[in-house]
Amino acid sequence: MTVVTVVFGIFAVLALGSAVLCVSRRSPVASALWLVVTMFSLAALFVLLDAQFIAVLQVLVYAGAVMVLFLFVIMLLNLGRGAAQDRKGVLGLTVGLVLAALLFVQLKFLRGAAPPELIRLPPGVMAQTQQQAGMVGAIATPLYEAYLVPFEITSVLLLAAVVGAVVLAKRKL
Amino acid sequence: MLLGPTLAVAAVLFVIGVAGVLIRRNAIIIFMCVELMLNAVNLTFIAFAQTLGVAGQIFVFFVMAVAAAEAAVGLAIVLAVYRHKETVDLRNINLLKG
Repeated sequence: MTVVTVVFGIFAVLALGSAVLCVSRRSPVASALWLVVTMFSLAALFVLLDAQFIAVLQVLVYAGAVMVLFLFVIMLLNLGRGAAQDRKGVLGLTVGLVLAALLFVQLKFLRGAAPPELIRLPPGVMAQTQQQAGMVGAIATPLYEAYLVPFEITSVLLLAAVVGAVVLAKRKL
Repeated sequence: MLLGPTLAVAAVLFVIGVAGVLIRRNAIIIFMCVELMLNAVNLTFIAFAQTLGVAGQIFVFFVMAVAAAEAAVGLAIVLAVYRHKETVDLRNINLLKG
């Protein structure tokens, strides 16, 4: 039991617990705030897995921008209290939970499928790359070289999303 | 190495998201559960990036961009539906039901 394992366990339990609360709380505002807790815990897990830059992005983009957008819409539509009929009845609840459990069983089988030895990098190579190129450089260099075209396509996608959101949400164009 | 436990956490997180989509009726909460599933997949990518190279982290970057775009457009759709129907309860949004 190293320190890393203990910290991993704490944040894993925090992420899963707040995810369950996010799904089960009746009020949409409480749900959104528990989702923020999940995202912060996931950012902590990312740090433990040698992805510090992605952890910062997770806090900035997900916990910051996306969740503020969700809360903004919840408050704009005045959904703060949450309806009594928000969850499905006994039948829907049972079917949903059984389907989710089936999916979990399927995912458990996949857990044994480790990647083949040939394509696996030696342990610690990620930390080494970050030492040489820096936290941001380790991601930025491949992003602007090997993945340049997808990166540019992403910018077009974001532009389309901006235009689409304005067109959909505006009362009269 | 934390690969095994991380994949287990990601699987459980994904299943919680699926359960949320299946048992809730509020469109916005279902959206949040979809975000939860995307986050679980991101965790898997990050876990494999440790052993398979930095490409996993770059994919997480793209997933985040797509998720942000999806949230913006999806919430705009919810707003438009609310303006039309005065509710976000999915039982009342059944235009395609036979």
